[in-house]
Amino acid sequence: MKVSLFATCLTNAFYPEVDLTMAKILKHLGHTVDVPEGQVCCGQIAFNSGYVDDAREVARTLINSFERSEVVVGPSGSCIAMIHHYYPTLFEKEPVYLKKAENLIQKSYEFSQFVVDVLKQPDLGAHYKAKATYHPSCHATRLLGIGEAPLKLLQNVKGLELLPLPESQLCCGFGGTFSVKMPKISEAMVAEKAQHVLESGADILLGLDMGCLMNISGYLEKINKPVKTMHIIQLLGEGIKP
Amino acid sequence: MTMYNLTTDQRVDEALANNFLRQATRRATDRLRNNKYKAADELGNWEEWRGAGETIRKHVIANLDYYLNQLIEQMEKRGVHVHLAKTPADAVGIVRKIVHEQEAKNVLKSKSMISEEIHLNHALEKDGVAVVETDLGEYIIQIAGEPPSHIIVPAMHKTRQQVADLFEPIAGHALSSDTPTLTRFVRLQMREQFLRGDIGITGCNFAVAETGSIVMVTNEGNGRMVSTLPRVQITLMGMERIVPSFRELDVLLNLLARSATGQRLSSYTTILTPPKHSADSDGPEEYHLVILDHNRSEILGDELFRTALNCIRCGACFNVCPVYRQLGGHAYGSVYSGPIGSVITPLLEKDWKKWGHLPYFSSLCGACSEACPVRIPLHDLLVKLRMRKTQSGHTPQVEQHIFKAYRYFFSREKTLRRVLRIGAHLQRPFVRNHRISGGPPPLSNWTKSRTLPMVAAKPFMQVWADLKNKR
Repeated sequence: MKVSLFATCLTNAFYPEVDLTMAKILKHLGHTVDVPEGQVCCGQIAFNSGYVDDAREVARTLINSFERSEVVVGPSGSCIAMIHHYYPTLFEKEPVYLKKAENLIQKSYEFSQFVVDVLKQPDLGAHYKAKATYHPSCHATRLLGIGEAPLKLLQNVKGLELLPLPESQLCCGFGGTFSVKMPKISEAMVAEKAQHVLESGADILLGLDMGCLMNISGYLEKINKPVKTMHIIQLLGEGIKP
Repeated sequence: MTMYNLTTDQRVDEALANNFLRQATRRATDRLRNNKYKAADELGNWEEWRGAGETIRKHVIANLDYYLNQLIEQMEKRGVHVHLAKTPADAVGIVRKIVHEQEAKNVLKSKSMISEEIHLNHALEKDGVAVVETDLGEYIIQIAGEPPSHIIVPAMHKTRQQVADLFEPIAGHALSSDTPTLTRFVRLQMREQFLRGDIGITGCNFAVAETGSIVMVTNEGNGRMVSTLPRVQITLMGMERIVPSFRELDVLLNLLARSATGQRLSSYTTILTPPKHSADSDGPEEYHLVILDHNRSEILGDELFRTALNCIRCGACFNVCPVYRQLGGHAYGSVYSGPIGSVITPLLEKDWKKWGHLPYFSSLCGACSEACPVRIPLHDLLVKLRMRKTQSGHTPQVEQHIFKAYRYFFSREKTLRRVLRIGAHLQRPFVRNHRISGGPPPLSNWTKSRTLPMVAAKPFMQVWADLKNKR
């Protein structure tokens, strides 16, 4: 299959290794990978802040860059949820773009969703010896309905012990601009999430959205707790190295 | 009510510094939430029930004028005095007039968020009328002089010891803080009050249009005392609180009790078809129904926000909200707090200056929408409120400029690459151990409690382009 990567703005700027590893895994699975030019961001940061016109302009750029793609895969439940959940509203008064948006919705997937549900390859043959816990990000879970896919990928990693995360359904407090607009509330939320991560007894915290992980790891580092955070892509990428 | 004089930031600080409040809120919401899951699972097809609830509420709201007329007609036919109040001030005026005409000295109250919405107690007390909240939770916060912190459990933020301390001056001696002692004390107080009440004021969970009946659910039964003992009764209702008939009521009562407290049915479901009939041995002889609009008509006509009227006030969204969990209700500053409060308060009050912070009291995690028994997309409505606030020019100028810049650079990938390269240089003074700390606001809002990764020396788009060129 020819897979187009959606390198989300956050991973593009802060975590290019996540995008790169995603490309490597997909190639490892025998697919052709391309990264269409012009793509930047889904527009969520402006949309969720109420700046709909600004969001629309950015979203148009994204839609155009993937117009000729067969399948689009991104390393974030939140960005893909923005496309699936909000693009129809965002373009309800622009028939041409609405059609293009619907086309993009049809063919776009979050990474674990794509590998498990579309490619039907829940076992990537990875080995990784560690105790880890998994934080189910809100948008992936509640807006995209991703439940089992990332867990299936992780359960098939040899040597990986997956520990339950207490109160895993609670938001980590990131919420995009929420984290800087309501910093004190956000801090209280991430403090509780960090507490739960520590209670889990895991050495590694896993997730499928770098926004949440940046928030939780940033807090854990600030309070000097040595829990490593990784995107599931990073763990899988390291686990399938020969 | 000192909290009304504080800024949002001060209220948030106060809440976050109050460990009693935060622990009590966490414990209570955890219990309510887990009870709700059990009660919902028990039905076996909760999603179908939610669907039915949503359909009923949407139908009622879409045909609200018809059902309101039917309700009023049924009520008036039997001699109930129906009053339509356009504003909270109108509603307060109507109640004051009735109280004055009756020369009432003692007013008993039970279960009315509308009376909080219109700030009724304060107005009646100013007239020299003794107002007594008869439900335990409301009674506690009345003595404390505080607004409710949860629409279902108004005093959830108080510990037993705090309650015992509040009661002490009334009892005239110290009370032990065990629940039986405290409830016995309140029971004795209330017994006297019930016999003294001139007028009873209650709320209304649902009004059945077909029969002209008022439905009220309680767990203490005091609402039943308040609505039967006094000679004159006033029911306050929001104009959207209608069900067509008893068939729909059945569905909504199930959804309400299970979502609110995890009960199959509340301990007392009181259905009044007033006024007192000739064969009845008790009940009010004179009955007033006050129907409050307070911009609900406007919400009804607003396609973006109409679904906010579907709410059945169960409080399930409070019990799953991670923001409410940290703060409790008072930090919101509004009568209605939690996710639904953040949605309806700006719509009812129409004052961005005072209530513009509420749509941002959410990380948009979507837990509220998932919990709502009538499927109100609460987090979507919060986004739409932010949109409305932005479009009406009520957001800070700096923010507007930031998003203009965002729009420019995030739709020009090649230009953004150059900006990121500059960013990678500019960040240097703030980098320690490969992480960014400190910096000016709004960056410092993040770095105060968290480290930030460095902007990569090469963004992924450049990494990929370089790889391609090598090949």
